[in-house]
Amino acid sequence: MALRRKDLLGLEDLTREEIELILDTAEPCKQIFTRDIRKLPTLRGKTMVNLFYEPSTRTRTSFELAGKWMSADVINIAASSSSVVKGESLKDTVRTLESLGANIIVMRHRAAGAPHFLARSVDAAVVNAGDGAHEHPTQALLDLYTIREKKGRIEGLKVLIVGDILHSRVAKSNIWGLTKMGASVTVVGPPTLIPPEIEKTGVKVSYNLDEAIRDVDAINVLRIQLERQKKGLFPSTREYINLYGLNRHRLAKAREDVLVLHPGPANLGIEITQEVATCDRSAIAEQVTNGVAVRMALLYLISGGGRQHEAAG
Amino acid sequence: MAGRNLAEKAQLMDANDIRRAIVRIAHEVIERNQGVSDLAVVGIRTRGVPLARRLADAIRSIESTPVPVGVLDITLYRDDLTTIGVHPVVHKTEVPFDITDKVVVLVDDVIYTGRTVRAALDALMDMGRPRLIQLAVLVDRGHRELPIRPDFVGKNVPTSKREVISVRLQESDGEERVVIQELTGELESG
Repeated sequence: MALRRKDLLGLEDLTREEIELILDTAEPCKQIFTRDIRKLPTLRGKTMVNLFYEPSTRTRTSFELAGKWMSADVINIAASSSSVVKGESLKDTVRTLESLGANIIVMRHRAAGAPHFLARSVDAAVVNAGDGAHEHPTQALLDLYTIREKKGRIEGLKVLIVGDILHSRVAKSNIWGLTKMGASVTVVGPPTLIPPEIEKTGVKVSYNLDEAIRDVDAINVLRIQLERQKKGLFPSTREYINLYGLNRHRLAKAREDVLVLHPGPANLGIEITQEVATCDRSAIAEQVTNGVAVRMALLYLISGGGRQHEAAG
Repeated sequence: MAGRNLAEKAQLMDANDIRRAIVRIAHEVIERNQGVSDLAVVGIRTRGVPLARRLADAIRSIESTPVPVGVLDITLYRDDLTTIGVHPVVHKTEVPFDITDKVVVLVDDVIYTGRTVRAALDALMDMGRPRLIQLAVLVDRGHRELPIRPDFVGKNVPTSKREVISVRLQESDGEERVVIQELTGELESG
């Protein structure tokens, strides 16, 4: 069993077996957290470039640690402080990275499809670390991993995704991943933030969090992207908090063993209260740990897998 | 795996041979280390693991002292990840005790090039600082590519590179024997 692909661009492309392989591989990778020496020689001699056109702390740090703990040489390029501000095109940047001998390029870009463009242009493996409102596959993989770890399975679970589904790449990737793994997904949020025809992806839609929260096994609370709310898609932050903020009182309506997830960074007091974010049902801290393990697994699986296989004939 | 066909040539060991080899190695381990204090046994996945458990059981039945058993997965330490096409599936390493200052007996089914053992040594070193590491194998088939030699050997078998030694154990294969097979297709690169 192997991940027979050069790149990881989205969960839409992956089969259930491939997702399971990544999650299974992440389990032994997570053991590195309990070791004194956090170093594996697996990616020795490989060069990994983090190419971020949008700000990010945890995703970039998580990829950086995953690469470093597996002995890859990791370079971080933040577009805001690179030649991109001098007008360098994505294509030119790609050529430069190729000349530098990058084996793995982790890319975040505000435009949906940018990593796909990059993947077609380079021999290096490309990992999508978030493209516009399209996909954020590694976030969804770590969410899946966390749910599976805490609940023992994904198949048959009921998962609620709360918030701005329209702008959220985390939601899109989660929907692909969860439905492929056999979970039943409900999205809930203000009608203006639910994409039209989202039901076609196999999810249920609700506009009432107080009702939808009953009987679910896990709640994935999305960050309200205040920077994307200039268009006035909901009347006020206060109204959002009243209707869709996850607080102690709402959580009390959910099942006793419900799992609370948040991809971070959280707007505490808006989509989730500090109290809920740190309560014993929340796995938010664990998600960060799992993120490194899942990314280590992914880097191992794509660094060589399918592409080397073809080359070897 | 295209072009690889294996034909069985001969049986090297049966269930009794395997059992006797493990009991003998258990005695040798105890004798060499003058007892079992600070001793730990670590099996390399896959078939080193049942062998390690059996060795620990044999040592315990001789010395009446339990010996901790660990499981090592060396996949992430392999030196051929860039040259093999399909990456092996990574499994968990389970060494639930501190190996620092212990005498660790590393167990594998077959020693061939020595590269697996090299990887296992690196993996062990990253987990702690054992006082001593010894190597026990059921079969030594020669053709070493590294300066590594086993301390305890069940059976020495001279082989050609076209041959494959297959250790089949009850726990992993449902049968109990060691056979020598011949490669009839193209030669393995490893």
